[in-house]
Amino acid sequence: MKTMQSAVLALTVGLTATAQAFAGDVRVMWYSDGVEGEVIQDLLNRFMKDNPGINVILDNVAYSVIQEQLPIQLEAGQGPDIARVTNIKALADHWLDLTPHIADPDYWRTSFGPQADWMRPDGSDAITGFMTQLTLTGGFANKTLFEQAGVEIPGEKATWDDWAAASAKVAASQQLPMAFAIDRSGHRISGPAISYGANFIAADGMPAKLDDGAKAFIERFVQWNADDSHSKEVWVSAAGSTYRAAADDFINAQMPFYYSGSWQVANLSTKIGDAFDWVATGSPCGPDACTGLPGGAALVGIKYTKNAEDVGKVMDFLAQEDIVKEFSERTLFLPAHKGVVEKGLDFQSDDPNVKAALNVFVKASSAVAPNAAALPAWKWASAYYNALVTRVSQVIAGEMTLEEAYTSIDSDIADAVAEASR
Amino acid sequence: MAASTIMKKTGAALVAPVGWLAALIDPPLRALQKATGLNGMAAFFLAPNMAIFGIFVLFPLVINFAYSMTGGSALFLSGRTYVGAEQYERLLTCENYLDKRSCVEDLFWNAAGNTALFVLFQVALMTVVAMITALILNRELRARGFWRAVFFFPVLLSPVVVGLIWRWILQRQGLLNYLLHQFGIDQVLWLTDRFWAFAAAIMVSVWAHMGFYALILLAGLQAIPKDLYEAAEMDGTRPARVFWRITLPLLMPNLIVVIVLALIRAVQIFDEVYVLTGGGPGTSTMFLTQYIYEIGFAQLIRNPGLAAAASILMGAVLVVLTLLQLAASRRNQNAGAAK
Repeated sequence: MKTMQSAVLALTVGLTATAQAFAGDVRVMWYSDGVEGEVIQDLLNRFMKDNPGINVILDNVAYSVIQEQLPIQLEAGQGPDIARVTNIKALADHWLDLTPHIADPDYWRTSFGPQADWMRPDGSDAITGFMTQLTLTGGFANKTLFEQAGVEIPGEKATWDDWAAASAKVAASQQLPMAFAIDRSGHRISGPAISYGANFIAADGMPAKLDDGAKAFIERFVQWNADDSHSKEVWVSAAGSTYRAAADDFINAQMPFYYSGSWQVANLSTKIGDAFDWVATGSPCGPDACTGLPGGAALVGIKYTKNAEDVGKVMDFLAQEDIVKEFSERTLFLPAHKGVVEKGLDFQSDDPNVKAALNVFVKASSAVAPNAAALPAWKWASAYYNALVTRVSQVIAGEMTLEEAYTSIDSDIADAVAEASR
Repeated sequence: MAASTIMKKTGAALVAPVGWLAALIDPPLRALQKATGLNGMAAFFLAPNMAIFGIFVLFPLVINFAYSMTGGSALFLSGRTYVGAEQYERLLTCENYLDKRSCVEDLFWNAAGNTALFVLFQVALMTVVAMITALILNRELRARGFWRAVFFFPVLLSPVVVGLIWRWILQRQGLLNYLLHQFGIDQVLWLTDRFWAFAAAIMVSVWAHMGFYALILLAGLQAIPKDLYEAAEMDGTRPARVFWRITLPLLMPNLIVVIVLALIRAVQIFDEVYVLTGGGPGTSTMFLTQYIYEIGFAQLIRNPGLAAAASILMGAVLVVLTLLQLAASRRNQNAGAAK
């Protein structure tokens, strides 16, 4: 049986693993949403010039490779030396503890401390990497459409109901097919649900049953889809947990309000250009909070590397304050580095909408509710997101009632936890 | 030197290495045949194919079955827990089999129900449309070759391309709604209404594959002796009667092949519908293959054991369909031999 298992493992690894680094090489698996691939290559070239003995190879891959292939490589004890990942907590057992390989662990703890728990196993004090980008969910409004409709953009403390009503007015006035849309993602509706008082984490750290706060937001969300103020197409255009962004409709000025997140800023700036003016709005309020959901992408060392010392040197270089600052300013990403945030950034964009939008997200990050701040470091968040998106979509499509969906969400989460805990 | 002589010499030079190779391997092969007999030689020559079949078909099948008897989210068998038939039990347990929401794994029953409905309507429509197309293409048309190519062309397209093309046509602000708008007709939400999305999945699938089945039927039509039609024409038989009494019975072997192949393909439907509707609205176009993909690969917390069990059940359905095809083919062969 052992021989058989080894054969299976060898075959699978052979079929799925990418080339491992040779001694002296450091392979970095990297995905890009925008220009960050070019920026990091530029920074790594600088590193290699100063460290001729270390050859850093940047493997630019599709995001799906990070999501679907990297976990298989990691399970087989394979993979790159460093990777840029978003499923940070669930795979934390595979990250390398950089502490013995970096020059000054205290610098790392001071600079990236608040997110350290997001990327290490519960109870560990390992330093496994740092966030290349912090994200926060939040909204965007088409300022031009609001002005044309003569409707005032709702203010800072405006509620979800205020935004839905104002957007509906603009849509009616400008004869738009929809008033607003939230990306099809369990993650995206979790911030609003928390604003309505939802708490996903029970006292024992396990998933709590869907509470009244979450139900209050889901009920509203379903109603907005039923009365066509929310773009029905986004949420019913797929089954299961498939992600669907609604950015294209906002970019094409088909709706006045779009709820997504800070990572869209560069995308909106590039694609909208000067077609219309847009602003970031932060997250609308519920009775409990006005919170978005934090998250982001981390750069982590991989436990199975054969060049841990060199990995430490590369990570040390990329985590330097001036390098993080340059990376963030050139990519228009929100940094996680405490010093960089405190000293401020000069984002490199000619688009006046960009700087204003990023400032709104920086400001909104200080208003994140504790229940939302806890989710990135919570192991079972994915189970919650999967169940939410699958079942809420079914309600919107008319396949089940809200009550049936609530029961199914609870049982789906319980099943996922039970299966993953075997 | 004459050209023929040069050609002969070149030919001999080219063939020579083959001769050398034959001379080289002949003695060991003779020895092997002496030792193992004719059956042994057959096994020897079959071995490469059997190895490929074993590694890429049989072995994954066995591994898949092993996965279906395990639980947990670990990817490799060594890290998984043996759970016996628990995954099958989970898939097949319902309080009331007439109400899929009472099933433990309601999404599986949703997908199974959708697949059954899809198979029923798609195969029926596919067969009828392919038959009509073949009958038309069998007539003396101008540019008949061109029309055959036109109907066959979608078969050559990648399913992803098919899905994308039709999504652009059917989406809310797609080509079809634009055309309807030009005629003053309100836009229809083709891909967000459960009924229309399901109908679109069937229609797109028929469009994409019909050419292949039409070609099989066309071959059957061309094999029917012309004198039968001439005799019917001389007798003044009505065209409908000619179709029912001559064309259809003589086309039956091809028709059975078409129905069974379409049936198997319909059970496996995934790619073009996944691109077209993503399985939505809700789960109304989520078929079994997508369910397996979602559970086993797409979700962040994967359940490979449940996905493997579902795929084994789906495989069992496909085996039944294949056996039906074999039985139908044999019956036709026997009927043909009896005549």
